[in-house]
Parts: sequence; structure tokens; C-alpha cells
Amino acid sequence: MKFGVIVFPGSNCDHDAFYAVSANLGQPAEFIWHDSSTLGAVDAVILPGGFAYGDYLRCGAIAKFSPVMKAVRRFASDGGLVLGVCNGFQILVEAGLLPGALIRNRGLKFICREVRLTVETADSPFTCAARKGQILRLPIAHGEGCYFADERTLDELEAEDRIAFRYDGNPNGSLRDIAGILSRERNVMGMMPHPERSTEPLMGSSDGLAVFQSMLRAAVRL
Amino acid sequence: MSVTMTPELVAQHQLSTDEYRKIVDILGREPSYTELGIFSVMWSEHCSYKSSRLHLKKLPTSGKLVVQGPGENAGIIDIGGGYVIAFKIESHNHPSFIEPFQGAATGVGGILRDIFTMGARPIAVLDSLRFGRLDDPATGARNRRILSGVVAGIAHYGNCFGVPTVGGECIFEPCYDGNPLVNVFALGVCRKEDVFYARAAGAGNPVIYVGARTGRDGIHGASMASAEFTEESKQKRPNVQVGDPFMEKLLLEACLEAMQTGAIVGIQDMGAAGLTCSTCEMGSRGGVGIEIELDRVPQRETGMTPYEIMLSESQERMLLVAEKGREDEVFRVFRKWGLEAVEIGVVTSDGQMRVRQHGAVVAEIPARELADEAPLYDRPRALGGAGGAACQPSALSVTVQDALPSLLASPDLCSKRWIWEQYDYQVRTNTIAGPERTDAAILRIKETGGSIAMSLDGNGRYCYLSPREGARLAVAECCRNLSTVGAQPVAATNCLNFGNPERPEIMAQLVEAIEGMAEACRFFDTPITGGNVSLYNETLGEGIYPTPVLGIVGLLKTAAPVTIPFRNPGRAVVLLGGVGRCDDTRFGGTTYAKEILKQLWGLPPALDLDREKRVQSAIREIVAAGLAESAHDLSDGGLAVALAECSFGSAGIGAAVDLASDLRPEVLAFHEAPSRILISTAHPGKVAAIAERHGIEVPVVGVTIEKGIEIRQRAMTLGSWEIATLKAAYDGALESYVR
Repeated sequence: MKFGVIVFPGSNCDHDAFYAVSANLGQPAEFIWHDSSTLGAVDAVILPGGFAYGDYLRCGAIAKFSPVMKAVRRFASDGGLVLGVCNGFQILVEAGLLPGALIRNRGLKFICREVRLTVETADSPFTCAARKGQILRLPIAHGEGCYFADERTLDELEAEDRIAFRYDGNPNGSLRDIAGILSRERNVMGMMPHPERSTEPLMGSSDGLAVFQSMLRAAVRL
Repeated sequence: MSVTMTPELVAQHQLSTDEYRKIVDILGREPSYTELGIFSVMWSEHCSYKSSRLHLKKLPTSGKLVVQGPGENAGIIDIGGGYVIAFKIESHNHPSFIEPFQGAATGVGGILRDIFTMGARPIAVLDSLRFGRLDDPATGARNRRILSGVVAGIAHYGNCFGVPTVGGECIFEPCYDGNPLVNVFALGVCRKEDVFYARAAGAGNPVIYVGARTGRDGIHGASMASAEFTEESKQKRPNVQVGDPFMEKLLLEACLEAMQTGAIVGIQDMGAAGLTCSTCEMGSRGGVGIEIELDRVPQRETGMTPYEIMLSESQERMLLVAEKGREDEVFRVFRKWGLEAVEIGVVTSDGQMRVRQHGAVVAEIPARELADEAPLYDRPRALGGAGGAACQPSALSVTVQDALPSLLASPDLCSKRWIWEQYDYQVRTNTIAGPERTDAAILRIKETGGSIAMSLDGNGRYCYLSPREGARLAVAECCRNLSTVGAQPVAATNCLNFGNPERPEIMAQLVEAIEGMAEACRFFDTPITGGNVSLYNETLGEGIYPTPVLGIVGLLKTAAPVTIPFRNPGRAVVLLGGVGRCDDTRFGGTTYAKEILKQLWGLPPALDLDREKRVQSAIREIVAAGLAESAHDLSDGGLAVALAECSFGSAGIGAAVDLASDLRPEVLAFHEAPSRILISTAHPGKVAAIAERHGIEVPVVGVTIEKGIEIRQRAMTLGSWEIATLKAAYDGALESYVR
């Protein structure tokens, strides 16, 4: 299974995502430059963390206009797997591939910390290797990770089983403790915690591997 | 525009009459206004080290792993496997007082550029911070604002750039009230053959300007950093630059990629003294001249004078020399990253730094004389009476039972989580041990399979009492932190923060500290490969404590780290180095004296270098043999504080210790004699065998227990505490001070 890692000029978790899937998951990966209008022959796309174009405006507000996002949109509408982590989640939300918004943390400060997440559904290509109710230890590192949406959207996400992860101990004020959500077709997921940072024991946790192993399993099934 | 040189104008540029005469000698004529400005920044204390250079020569700078010592943008050490690390520490004290957020942010930006200028990708940042007391009725509010601004500024820049901020230290003293210290250490890694130097070469080669446009910000920043603060200093806010970490990230990626083309001859960032410093230093190092045309320099504002363009300290700019005919390969890379790259001049063979505007020469100065012939001062010095003052503690009445919670909640000793959680300490997925998990930060190097450890240490109180002993202690403690995680210390960088060197007692402190540091660095075989001197740290005539800060790097095998917390009950608690000795004189610099007695007297703890070295060899061997379940060196707050910190792990394991010593209880619990490490182990016999081989005692002082901490002295209880109570005091203190 080949992963494509999108590189915006201000991406800074691109190497980490690449390393996680290649060295720790053992799958091929390649970088895709932000002004590319095609994704090439990849089976899944990762939008990594960072500050895409500096994010001095709103996180992801400029990234949604980049050429590569047109290709990502096409890829997603064709059923391709798209994972957005941290800044990648912010971009997916800005691009309208996922509902809601990510606003400043409730404490108004950047937070880097290990959190506990509950897997809310195993019925997705990103969580199928995990158990519903399973606890994952993953780090967060963001200043604008407070998930926000109107009541109707939140109800809809719950009704359609589209909440992938919830915080066990909400660090940033996210509504209904939401840490990660799925698109209606369930092939696009955005999450604020960093699974790529927890893919080997040396980094303190390997729990993030569950996300990538799920993608691998789902891709084989597809 | 022709400006007549007057004594007033020369004085405004902080140049002495003698210095001005030297300028006239070098030029063979009176300088132009632009030339005067250029000389004033290059010959400022900040750029020229004119007061310290003579004494810095006493520091050891070479060793078998040293690839590059002082004199370049960063020092370089060979870590094996074909890779090197580049690292350095720098201060941004003055800007951080005037504008905390941007001052600290650009401090991070500046040191990161120093690292990637050498071809190394930055992989770690650590910060050593000093502020005034947060709870002072008069200055507390301002100190809290400075702390919050500095931390947010470091977070803003480092997090966006994508470098993990993995450790550091933060201390509060009234002497830093009007003069905080912000010292930033950065480290990068690259292949040995990919190291770049800031040297121009090859007459006819193009000189290329890359990055942000030049504006009027930061003019005379270097001179500002070379003067004392007065009430008017706050008016100098426009002298502080504004940072753009996204631009810096683009510069990083573009520079590293452009270096791979092989078309770059030399490269230097524009930091202090901006375009002036980068042109004359590159020329001087390469033994060539550089000629530039200012009309070609990308400018953010219109109507800038040559003086302003040459002295601007706008951030995120680089100057490089490319091979003639291969410019396009370089330009192509910068275009890809959306950066402006412009050919602004050419390398010449005449050794002159020649600056033109609209074709006319506005400055023409021999590059070598400007960069390397700065005045050199052997300033008078006289040790003041402060150190060694023999005052005695008025009363040592607070019990160990009551003192420990107070100390753990004191600003210096409490958890700095409020600070480091604002930093991304994990990005790049190399962080094996980040803040407060171990005594030194540990990063793996993916490229080599090995790991490095880093620590920053300095103790202004010790150095105030004895600059020489304080500096030696800082080196010893820094090395001990590395050894405690199993790393072999290999090289150092230093940041020397002192007051006004024109005062003999300050100059004496500086020289004493350098000599003490030199002795200890030589002893531990950790050469100083670069660093920074920050003088004139005074406000309204009040100097800071002499505060030399050491950054030392060690090498170790990649493995799960031996961390601070106890992990299992029923383990032997052993104290490598023993309970130690301390008399009243040596107790006066401790945190107990500071926080509980509100006094400072006597001398810093006594250090026996040879013994220290043997303790460190022993702990490295113990860690390497896998015998330590936890390890933590004793430093500020002494044994009791270390014991509490070891009990704050997620397992909630504490310890009961019984100490065989005749010291007074509070001295026994809180003295800060060095060369001691607290270990929990399932193999006390094997640990003892190793220690014995190094001639070091390692008494079993107690045992780890399910809950609580108990300290006894010859079976008499000095204190007993619930871990949760102590931990709550320790964890919540800083946040409560900041609010």
C-alpha cells in the first residue's frame, strides 16, 4: 500500500508521517508537493501537521486554495482514503471535506501533551484495527484544536457514527470531547492528536499504529 | 548626503575617541556617516567581544571530536557514522526585556539560522531563562508579563518552524527584574561532508541575497545590546525585530536544498548587524573583498538610506556566494520555495567591503580590519566584596517537615510544565526524553542510530558568591546531568551573561568565571566550540548576578531512557556519592537559604573535580549495565527535593530513607553539595561493586514504598509526607504565580 504525504511549504510533520508509515508500518511512501495538480499512484493520502502557509490568517484558510487540494478533493470523492492530522485536520475542515471548525484552545495556549483517546467507532477504514471503546495514548500539539460545530452538525455526527475519537479528559474545550471525525462516506478522517508520533515504543507509545494498520487493512479489503 | 563628523556623533555611536582614531587610521581619512554606522555595530561589544576576547582565549576549544571550534556560526562535533552535529547558545536578553514576545521569538530565529547556515537541520532547542520575582509587589506584574511573553514567543517561533523545544531551565531572582535573560540553545545534524562555512571565495562569484525584505526594524540592535538599560531604553522598542517563523522555515528548506546543488560557495545569515556583518565577515574569513549595490537589495520601505540598509536587523535573511555561471541552479530552488533571491554584488580580490548606492560608493572599508581588527581591551578588574561575605544565617528554625512543601512550590524548584507544555517538544519524532522526565533531554539521531543528550545549566547565586567556583559547578552539574542518563559529555557551548565590563568588579567576575569554566571544561574534556557573551546586563546601574550558562552535549546509545521517577516498590534507594558534607558557609547559596531564610551568604558548595569525575564515570557504567531503575542527580534543593521529584511519577511510588549523618537536619535535607546521584535499583550489590571500583561510596539509604515519602536521621523522623500533597504543590505552583 502506497501512502502519499502532502507537503505544504510550512508542513513540519511531513517527515514524521513519512517515517511512521515507511519505517514503522513498513509501507512505501512518497512526498507530494503542494503545487502538484495530481497525486500520482497512491492508495492513501496524509495531510500532515504544521503551519501550511504560515497560518497567520486562519489555520488552513489559504491551504484550501492550493492546487494539490483540488486533487485531494477528487481523490476523496472517488473514495480514496484521506487522513488529516492536526494542521491536516484544520485544512480538511476549511476545504469543506469535513464539517465544523477548529478554533483556539479554550486555555488560549498551545498545548503539547499526551492525551487519552477513546475509539468511538471501529466501523471506519481508520479505526477498523482497533476496538470500539479502546483507549489510545497519543500526543496533541496544537494551539487551535478546539472542535466546534453547531448542535445539528454534532447530532448528525453522532447519529451517523462519525465521531472517530473522543478525548478522555478534554484538553482544549472541544465540543462533546471530539478529537477526530469521519466524512459521511467514511473515507476521510481528521484528528487533532498525532498518531504518527506514537508508532514505536521508543517514542513512549505505539498506539498510533492502530490508525495506520487500519488503513492498511481497509486498503487490502478495497 | 554629507554629514560632518563631530565628537557628539561619534559618542552617539558608542565609539570612544581612541576607537574613532583607529577608524581614521584604517581608512586613511574621516569615515562617512554610513561608514561610522558600520564601524559602530561591528565594533560594538555584541559583535566584537572587545572586552571578553582576550579572556575567551583561555577556554579549551579543541578535542578529538571537534570539527569546528569558535569563529563560525556554530561549533561542530563529529558524532560518528559520517554525521556531525552543529550547536550553539545565544542570548536575546535586551530585546526580550523591551518586547518579550518578539524579542524571544527572534532569539530563537537567530540561533536556528546559525545552525542551518552550516548545512545542519535543526533538531532541538533548549532555553535557559531568568526573570524577576513573579510575586514581587512592585515588579511582579511586569515580570509575569515578561515571562508569559517570552514563553509565548519561543513557542510561536519554534512550534511553527518545526523544531522541538526539549528542555532548559528557568530561575527567578530580583536581580533580573529589569533585565531578564533569554538564552537559546539550538542543535542540528548533517552529513560530515555537507558542512557549509561562512566564507566568501572566488573573485567574480555572485553575492546573492535571499529571504525577507530589508526594513527599518532593528537598526542598531547590536549596539543596543551593548549598553546598559535606562528609562529611555523602553523607547527603543522599534529596535526590536519582528519574527516570521514561516519565512524561516522556507529559508531552512530552500537553503538545505540549494546547498545540495553544489553551486554554493559560502553562506551566512544576517543576524546582529545584518548586511554589514555578513558581508565583511564572509569577506574577511575568505580573505577576499565583497562589493554590493544597495539598489538591488530587496526593500520593504522606500527611501531607505545606505546607513539604514546596512544596519537593519530585519529577520529571516541570508547572504550567500554562488559559483559564477551556476546562479540559476540556486535561483531555481529559491523560486520553488517562493523566496526572493537577488544578486546584489560580487566577490572581489581587493579585500575591500565596498558598498554602492545608485552606482556611487557610499562605504569602502577593508573587510578584515573591520571584522577582525576591532579594539581589544584588557579592562581593569577588582574582585568586589560580595562573594565570600561571611554573614551567618539568622535562624534555621523551619523544620524539614514544613520546608519541603514550601521549597517544592517555590518558583525555582516547582514544575515548569506551564512553560514546556506550550512548546512542541516532540515534532520530528526523535524525542526519547523531553522536559522533566530525565536530568538531560535525549534525542535519537535517526541517521546514525545513536542518541545525543543535552543539558543547560547555570547558577547565578553560586556565581555571585564565587564566579570561579560557580562556573566550575555549572560545568560539573551540566556534565552530571548528561552522565546520569548514561551519556558521555563531549562538547560545550557557553553564554556569558554579565553586567557592565567597564566596572572593575564586573570585569573581575567575568574573568574569574571564564577561568573557572576553562579549568572545568578542560578537566571534563568538554571543549567550548562556540557561544556568546552578553554584557551590560544592568538596569539603572544595578547589575545582574554573574550568570554564565553552559550547554553541554553528550553521546549515548539509543535505548529506553533511565528516567527520574521510582518505578517499583521494594527497591533499594542508594545515594551514589553519599550524603556529602556541608558547613554553614557552604549552605548560604542553597535554595533553602534563598526561599526559607531569604538570605545569601558565604560560598557555593565545595566541588572536588576529581571526585565528581569518578561519580560520573560510575553512574554511566551503572546505567549502561542496566542496573538503575531510576536516577536523578542532587542539585537545587538537595536530597529532600530530589527524593520528592523521584516520587512524582505516574506509578506513585515514594521512598522511606534513613540517613546516617551528623549534619543539622535542615542542612542534611537541603544542602547542595555536588557529586551525588539518587538511584533506585534491584541490584544494590552490583551497583556498590561498580561504585567501589571508582572509589565512590554508595550507601543504601532506604527503600521505595507504595506511597508516601519519609526522611529519617538515625531513626529520628525529620518529615513524612503524602506524595499527592507534595505533587499538588509542585505541579500547580507556577500557574498560580502567573495568574
